[in-house]
Amino acid sequence: MSTHVLSLLVEDKPGLLTRVAGLFARRGFNIESLAVGVSEIDGLSRITVVVDVDTLPLEQVTKQLNKLVNVIKIVELDPAQSVQREHLLIKVRVDNTTRSQVLEAVNLFRARVVDVSTDALVIEVTGDSGKTTAFLRVLEPYGIKEIAQSGLLAIGRGSKSISERVFKN
Amino acid sequence: MSSDPIPTPLPRRPHAAGAQPEEITGAAAVVRTLELLGVDDIFGLPGGAILPVYDPLMDSTEVRHILVRHEQGAGHAAEGYAASSGRLGVCIATSGPGATNLVTAIADAYMDSVPLLAITGQVFSTLMGTDAFQEADIVGITMPVTKHSFLVKDAKDIPSTIAAAAHIATTGRPGPVLVDITKDAQQATAPFIWPPKIDLPGYRPVTKAHGKQVQAAAQLFVEAKKPVLYVGGGVIRAKASDELLELAERTGAPVVTTLMARGAFPDSHRQQLGMPGMHGTVPAVLALQESDLIVALGARFDDRVTGKAELFAPNAKVVHVDVDPAEISKIRLADVPIVGDAKDVIVDLTAAYLSAATETTPDIADWWTYLNGLREEFPLGYAPTTDGLLAPQYVIQRIGEITGPEGVYASGVGQHQMWAAQFINYERPNSWLNSGGAGTMGYSVPAAMGAKVAEPDRDVWAIDGDGCFQMTNQELATCAINNIPIKVAVINNSSLGMVRQWQTLFYDGRYSNTDLNTGHDTIRVPDFVKLAEAYGCLGIRVTKEEEVDAAIKLALETNDRPVVIDFVVSADAMVWPMVPQGVSNSYVQYARDHSPAFEEEI
Repeated sequence: MSTHVLSLLVEDKPGLLTRVAGLFARRGFNIESLAVGVSEIDGLSRITVVVDVDTLPLEQVTKQLNKLVNVIKIVELDPAQSVQREHLLIKVRVDNTTRSQVLEAVNLFRARVVDVSTDALVIEVTGDSGKTTAFLRVLEPYGIKEIAQSGLLAIGRGSKSISERVFKN
Repeated sequence: MSSDPIPTPLPRRPHAAGAQPEEITGAAAVVRTLELLGVDDIFGLPGGAILPVYDPLMDSTEVRHILVRHEQGAGHAAEGYAASSGRLGVCIATSGPGATNLVTAIADAYMDSVPLLAITGQVFSTLMGTDAFQEADIVGITMPVTKHSFLVKDAKDIPSTIAAAAHIATTGRPGPVLVDITKDAQQATAPFIWPPKIDLPGYRPVTKAHGKQVQAAAQLFVEAKKPVLYVGGGVIRAKASDELLELAERTGAPVVTTLMARGAFPDSHRQQLGMPGMHGTVPAVLALQESDLIVALGARFDDRVTGKAELFAPNAKVVHVDVDPAEISKIRLADVPIVGDAKDVIVDLTAAYLSAATETTPDIADWWTYLNGLREEFPLGYAPTTDGLLAPQYVIQRIGEITGPEGVYASGVGQHQMWAAQFINYERPNSWLNSGGAGTMGYSVPAAMGAKVAEPDRDVWAIDGDGCFQMTNQELATCAINNIPIKVAVINNSSLGMVRQWQTLFYDGRYSNTDLNTGHDTIRVPDFVKLAEAYGCLGIRVTKEEEVDAAIKLALETNDRPVVIDFVVSADAMVWPMVPQGVSNSYVQYARDHSPAFEEEI
């Protein structure tokens, strides 16, 4: 098994996410992470999905996804040829003695404090999963109260865009 | 399938002439759209949320609506209509339970790639999501079993959505498409614009194959010593039987036709080895198993064909032709994948083969010697019964022989289905209808009804079992009242025969819940002859071999009402040959006597 990052350009239609998610569940594939948002084209959304499968089943996933009428384009994004980021909001417990240590970690990881209260900080961090995992490990001893994490976002390097490949004219 | 933008006959001219589009209700737009798409017959049953559509439907002179007794019947009838004629089948139902009753038929059409349009009423859009009376999320429910589904909440979207649905259902790999229309969309008015703009940017079925791949396939073909053409239902859906005949005769390769492809290649042809799979002929099973090249045409390596997939045809290279790219290498890795419409690809492949054969001379004489030996040693047959009751195989064989290849045969699911696939000779595509992928008991009677509506000049048989028949026989009422004189042969072994067969073979003959009490020496509940008569059909009971022909002939002569023949057959008859589940096809058992592994269990 290995993780693959798929980027889908889809029509923004009701139930689209159900169709995509249902297909994964039905065919027995695991979604590791999912991120949905607008694309550069009106009426089209972009889904970034991380799936943990072998290469051959991955081909099946892609082919089955392609059969969904609302799916316009699918590309697999190679980590070396793309920028991949996830976004985390972390609420971590602090007191007078630990606050400065946590702030130091925040600086080291180029994260940001976005909310401060007497006994907690809310920190946002962006990065690939290696960085975010490492950051969480550093914060863990202080007491993580809450985590909200986005799905992985990914975009190909270079000047080409996913929609250019579809709408050549 | 063809890539024509609009299905089946040429669209009729729009009613609205002149510059200003006519303002009509959504309900009227449903009916007019169906008319303009060339739909002649639809099967359905009204209810609250689809009532508006039924009003203009009453006035339509072009669309004939056939009122069924259960929505599942409407769905299977539309399937039988489509499968017998190659046209789009249409069924219609109301919201909630009306729609959910269609689901089995929709799932069936999905598995067997039947072009089916299902139109359902939905509660008012303002009530959706409130658990309103007869509300069901039918778009959500059918997502896994449709090619696509639409929810329409605005009257102006009705023509384009139904046209898009018909387009999706009939092109590429055909399949069911559902259009759910809210009651307010049916009641509101909107300008009727035809032809509508169909915008499906994500739907681009590939029909024309890659030339290089076809060349590669042809090269493998001429080099093969043991090739076999593995023909699936896709060849029938693509209307490619003539092209297949040409390919087969030019290459001289043996042909096996799957359950879904019976009739795609004439059974009388000397290259036809019969049906492969769990209950396939020994030559067909072993031809695949021992081949060095499988040319799969519109077939999908179903587990009932391959047996244990890892052990299937271990020495074969595979050329896989399918219009659905997801089928290729799904089960068996294809050495040469070819995505395209079977009709086009087969023509290209034939040409490529002939050109490649000028350089390499194919030699398959030894292969044929072997296969002909198998044919001689293991012909299809059956043992006489020992309890004095009719042999079901004999009955089915006689139906086929007396009716002939121009008839249509729709079967249910189980033993009678396998015997009907084995013992009737099919000479033309679309003459054999059955529920292959889904295995839907109850398919037969409504499918035969749909087929008779589509092909009124043909004799249409429902070859049914006593179990299946009890699931959907209410459509006999529809047949009787609408003058749809189908002929039903109930192969009555008084039990759920295929399950019983497995209990005989694998559960020490412990017959748990398979006895139906409809046959010989039982209380006969129900009595099928009385049931037939109650439905206004001619009911005949046949218990002896010498009565069989006369009953079949009487059924064929009776066209003023449907006919039900209760063939009281032996419950001990079994379907042979058989490959037990989960083993290699090399273990095909010709008959029980040839199955030492089973004998120990008895």
